[in-house]
Amino acid sequence: MIETFVIKAVLAGAFFGMVLNLAGLLTWVERKQSAVMQDRVGANRAWIVLPKWLAPLNLLLRPLNVLGLFHSLADAAKMFLKEDFMPEGADKKLHTLAPAISVVFALLAFCAIPFGDTLKLGDKLINLQVADLNAGVLFIFAMLSLGVYGVILAGFSSNNNYAYLGGMRAASQMLSYEITMGLAIMGVVLSYGTLSLQEITRAQGGYFFGWIPAYGIFVQPLAFFLFMTAALAETKRVPFDLPEGESEIVGYFVEYSGMKFGMFFLTDLVETVLVACLMTTFFLGGWQVPYLQADGFHFPWGASVPLAHGWVITLGVLSFMTKVAVFNWLFMAIRWTLPRFRYDQLMHLGWKILFPASLANTAITSLVVVAWGGK
Amino acid sequence: MATKVLKRQPLNWLDNTYLPTLFTGLWITSRHFFFNFAIQTLHLFGLMKHIRGSVTYQYPEEQRPLSKRLRTRHRLTQREDGSPRCVACMMCETICPARCINIVATEHPDPNIEKMPKSFDLDLGKCVYCGFCVEVCPEDAIRMDTQILDTAAYSRQQMQLDMTELLHPRSTHLYKTHKQGQPAER
Repeated sequence: MIETFVIKAVLAGAFFGMVLNLAGLLTWVERKQSAVMQDRVGANRAWIVLPKWLAPLNLLLRPLNVLGLFHSLADAAKMFLKEDFMPEGADKKLHTLAPAISVVFALLAFCAIPFGDTLKLGDKLINLQVADLNAGVLFIFAMLSLGVYGVILAGFSSNNNYAYLGGMRAASQMLSYEITMGLAIMGVVLSYGTLSLQEITRAQGGYFFGWIPAYGIFVQPLAFFLFMTAALAETKRVPFDLPEGESEIVGYFVEYSGMKFGMFFLTDLVETVLVACLMTTFFLGGWQVPYLQADGFHFPWGASVPLAHGWVITLGVLSFMTKVAVFNWLFMAIRWTLPRFRYDQLMHLGWKILFPASLANTAITSLVVVAWGGK
Repeated sequence: MATKVLKRQPLNWLDNTYLPTLFTGLWITSRHFFFNFAIQTLHLFGLMKHIRGSVTYQYPEEQRPLSKRLRTRHRLTQREDGSPRCVACMMCETICPARCINIVATEHPDPNIEKMPKSFDLDLGKCVYCGFCVEVCPEDAIRMDTQILDTAAYSRQQMQLDMTELLHPRSTHLYKTHKQGQPAER
């Protein structure tokens, strides 16, 4: 009993540590990537320089200084030191609770995401997944839906009309796109016949024509784009940042400052990581490495490289992380390329394009699954 | 008045999905990203320095090349013996629209020269950099070609240049070239 507890705690610590660090790093990635793609250099002036008698350490810090990595640290320090302002007439409890709700549910969703295959340690089998739920998809969607709650509460409790309207915009946007998201993923669920994310990942281990990995993106190409669009809308970041619209339309967290604002900010980034994880799990085979099986590589041209169990699992986890990083890069590129939608365009896209397309995708997938005698 | 009616190209079905433009946009930004990323990474190792990876000038360390005719901070030109060429004719003080020049004239020991400035004060806090003083000067005694742009100070007092500073730019207090990274003394 206590052993299981320790294993779960270690898994959760490792995975959430990775996720939170990645989310923190994303503030840096956001700055640098936008700068580099706009022919700029990007933030690089937050330097930590130690006194002379610690010169060797300075040498180690220098590359970090030059890359501007300490800007994330400076951000965090600023957030913590800023005044935590609460407007007059605000609902004190809800105002404090709202950022916590949004960040907690965004983080909870990570529980169901498998980041590696089952690890054999002695005679113990450890599933590299914080919570091995057999209805993981449902759990994740429940958590994502609850994320809206924090946003609405933030707008509602601020005693500010602009925040209220921002919360309303957020609510309608997220509810509209959640439907598309759920329907788009139904195609994947139908194809693999399971709601468990670990099973979905395992099912993507086969090959088409003996050499194309049977990833979800090849099984459900339309669902890939539908899910990506809807999930990006869920993260409330730039082409879909109507709820917030920091530069023109004041958003739901207008009355937040200090670390409470920081938590909303973190939620957006954590959700970006979450969406990247989901995309990886559903459409890019999660921890699957092409041609890697339980006992090593088996290439389609006949060659094979035997590998120890530990290496296979490590490669799987690395593969998962690489895919997540690539998706994060893509989302950043999208965020810094596309302009924001107008509100009617947003609703048009959600209800008149994505929703019917996802319905059609589900219907066609169902027909195909039934015709081929699926489970 | 003749009106030119611009014919808008009607969007076809594919254009209306926004997909082609979406991918074109992503292609352009990604191209910039990977090109600049590669160049800037090579720069870190001292390679390919002749290709610029960004349009940024990292200001205090790296100065932008300035045009020679750019009006920058003033200086007083000198005679061969080092005394100012200025004859205290008050032309610049008179024409200055911002009234930032204040000259006190005195006798010049050389009888061939009528006057010389006892003090020549210029308040950069008031100056509008119009260059009238340079144009109006009959003796070519004041010029705006020092290429000094960073006139930042902690007080209005420090923005006032006296004759020493004008004759020898960056010679006194705030305007000395100080070591990078250290704030100027107050």
